[in-house]
Amino acid sequence: MNALGQPQSVLLVGGSSEIGLAIVERLVRDQTRRVVLAGRPSQRLTAGAERLAQEGAGVDVVPFDAADLNGHPVVVEQAFAGGDLDVVILAVGLLGDQLAAEQDVAQALDIVQTNYTAAVSIGLLASQALRAQGHGTLVVLSSVAGERPRRSNFLYGSAKAGLDAFATGLGDALVGTGVHVLVVRPGFVRTRMTAHLKPAPLSATTDMVAEAVVTALRNRKQTVWVPGTLRFVMSALRHLPRAVFRRLPV
Amino acid sequence: MSEAQLLAGWGRTAPTAARVVPVANASEVCAAVGSAGSRGIVARGLGRSYGDAAQDAGGSVLDLTPLCQVHDLDLHQGVVVADAGLSLHALMERVLPHGWFVPVTPGTRFVTLGGALAADIHGKNHHTDGSFGQHVLAFDLVTADGQLRRVDRERDTDLFWATAGGMGLTGIVTRVVLQLLAVRTSFMSVDTERATDLDDLMDRMVRTDDLYRYSVAWIDLLARGRSLGRSVLTRGDHARVDELPASRRTDPLAFAPRSLLRVPPVVPGGLLRRSTVSAFNAAWFRKAPRERRGEVQRLSTFFHPLDGLRDWNRVYGPAGLVQYQFVVPEAAGEAVREAVELLSAARAPSFLAVLKRFGAASPGPLSFPMPGWTLALDLPARTPALSGLFDRLDAIVVAAGGRVYLAKDARLPAELLPSMYPQLEAWRAVRERVDPSHVFTSDLARRLRL
Ligand SMILES: Cc1cc2nc3c(=O)[nH]c(=O)nc-3n(C[C@H](O)[C@H](O)[C@H](O)COP(=O)(O)OP(=O)(O)OC[C@H]3O[C@@H](n4cnc5c(N)ncnc54)[C@H](O)[C@@H]3O)c2cc1C
Ligand SMILES: NC(=O)c1ccc[n+]([C@@H]2O[C@H](COP(=O)([O-])OP(=O)(O)OC[C@H]3O[C@@H](n4cnc5c(N)ncnc54)[C@H](OP(=O)(O)O)[C@@H]3O)[C@@H](O)[C@H]2O)c1
Repeated sequence: MNALGQPQSVLLVGGSSEIGLAIVERLVRDQTRRVVLAGRPSQRLTAGAERLAQEGAGVDVVPFDAADLNGHPVVVEQAFAGGDLDVVILAVGLLGDQLAAEQDVAQALDIVQTNYTAAVSIGLLASQALRAQGHGTLVVLSSVAGERPRRSNFLYGSAKAGLDAFATGLGDALVGTGVHVLVVRPGFVRTRMTAHLKPAPLSATTDMVAEAVVTALRNRKQTVWVPGTLRFVMSALRHLPRAVFRRLPV
Repeated sequence: MSEAQLLAGWGRTAPTAARVVPVANASEVCAAVGSAGSRGIVARGLGRSYGDAAQDAGGSVLDLTPLCQVHDLDLHQGVVVADAGLSLHALMERVLPHGWFVPVTPGTRFVTLGGALAADIHGKNHHTDGSFGQHVLAFDLVTADGQLRRVDRERDTDLFWATAGGMGLTGIVTRVVLQLLAVRTSFMSVDTERATDLDDLMDRMVRTDDLYRYSVAWIDLLARGRSLGRSVLTRGDHARVDELPASRRTDPLAFAPRSLLRVPPVVPGGLLRRSTVSAFNAAWFRKAPRERRGEVQRLSTFFHPLDGLRDWNRVYGPAGLVQYQFVVPEAAGEAVREAVELLSAARAPSFLAVLKRFGAASPGPLSFPMPGWTLALDLPARTPALSGLFDRLDAIVVAAGGRVYLAKDARLPAELLPSMYPQLEAWRAVRERVDPSHVFTSDLARRLRL
């Protein structure tokens, strides 16, 4: 990271994530020259890597499956093998099918594991690697869904609530180590994850998330909401009586 | 083993954690180098480089400041042998009463001999006296093999000049043999003149700089239009006894810089708005005399005006400041104009910037000075659109065949380094010879892929 908060190298865990790739593309347009994408082999992942290479970045791809918890240490080791990483972005996420998952515990656990357990595992391993190198920022994609559980996606929301608490606490634990944690709380972002849903009020684009993250990195922020107004909306919503909140069309 | 500690440069940007190891003698240095881990090791003096040169994230940083003895002072030849952690401030206190002065001093006395050599620093006298390394006769260096060796300017030319300007990456300097400059008083005789714009300034400098040992101009980068580049040129030399007022003649070598005022640890960011800076610069310009000859000034007033205010970098708040200093060849004066126009048009809140002419370069392949024009300016790190502004300055500098100063740098993209430092490969060859596995490394070295 240089004096202007511009990273030179970045690891994206969830290498095919639309939000994640938007952030990385934005960074590559600045000073980022080395990118590691960790993800499940897919067309999307390959296409993302090619696009970044065209923009002038050196790109490495590391295979990563969130469900294979035992394989996580190797993933992190491989990702750091090419040198220091200024920024690690944790963008793994699975919205899942809430109603189906309520009937099928295996699906429910998949949602929880992907959004929480796997993220905690990778988050801790990555933070250890960052500590060893004495600098770096872990960017964690949390969600407003974790702020207050909603009928429509509380499995996902509960896992994000856990992840958010984990990331916030980790940030406090790392004060003074040269390592920072940036918690990102987007509202509704139009990506393939949400393609089947009706956009919620105050929805954002992947570019808006990217811009917000880049600015937050520059200013060494610990938390960022996208859009920024959500912070105030959520602090109001948090105090609504449950009966009222339940009926809100959000 | 000590705890990891956060370190940053004078600009206070991009702090990283390292194990800090204070060392008080050469054998402690050898031991520390011998036990450096995989993240390497680097020397740190007084941390006055602005960026990330004296930090090594995840590795070891040797604090050289306890290593600060004077071992020998030859009062006839003016040659001093002193530890690398000694500050120029302490050295001045020691040698001035005997009629000797440091041959090169930067804008602050609070740098170490080791840091001065590693950055091959320059002063206001570069056009006449060259850089710091050119006054060093020899030094002791602990290399990657953990051995202490004497490096002589005449006999070990390659290693000598790879170390002068080498930003600590050839080893740890433990001791320096320095040729001092003879002076009669601890005062300066100073001529001050105002230049109405940039052409006027550069013209005065080209015509008459050679009449003075020391020369520097302070530019108001927020002035525009017909005042673009308006500045105050101060030039002078060490005063002779007969130039002093009678009251000072009894003790002409007295040196007692005034005690330091502190900037409070927390300063509101609002101080550095463009309007405040602009007003400050304008007031300062008007306050300067249109022309004044032979004014007697204290050394500290002339050389180190900012040292009276301890920790003045805190004025920039927790986000810190970035300094940008470049040099372009003598013939590329037009590039200076382009840069000043760009900075003025950008309305970036820069306090007084400094313009100076350099003389002949030293042989150091990574040494910064080259014959030509150097401009140095500070900007708050949070200035909007700052990275784009620096990128455009880089482009001007590269096109003109110039370079930026690594001791000030904190953001240069690595790919620009080879064109700015064409002797980079020669430097790398020496480093590969003495430190093939890069035991000595720093955040700067990693960032610039040195
Ligand atoms: C207000 C101000 C004004 C300045 N004006 C000028 C100026 O006019 N001209 C100029 O040239 N510079 C100027 N500088 C920059 C300063 O002179 C250099 O950065 C100098 O290197 C700082 O010395 P230091 O002891 O603080 O070294 P540090 O900042 O601690 O270290 C600087 C570099 O030197 C290396 N180093 C330090 N000690 C040793 C050692 N013993 N052995 C090997 N390597 C070592 C470090 O590894 C690092 O790479 C100015 C700085 C400030 C803050
Ligand atoms: N979109 C929104 O509205 C929104 C709002 C707030 C927060 N977020 C969060 O932002 C992050 C990125 O989401 P997005 O919108 O960019 O959606 P996305 O494109 O679907 O990204 C999700 C990422 O998670 C990866 N992933 C899921 N399960 C995995 C597994 N088992 N192993 C490895 N990788 C797995 C996906 O990889 P595959 O391509 O291999 O499936 C994909 O890279 C997520 O954490 C999400 O929760 C999104």
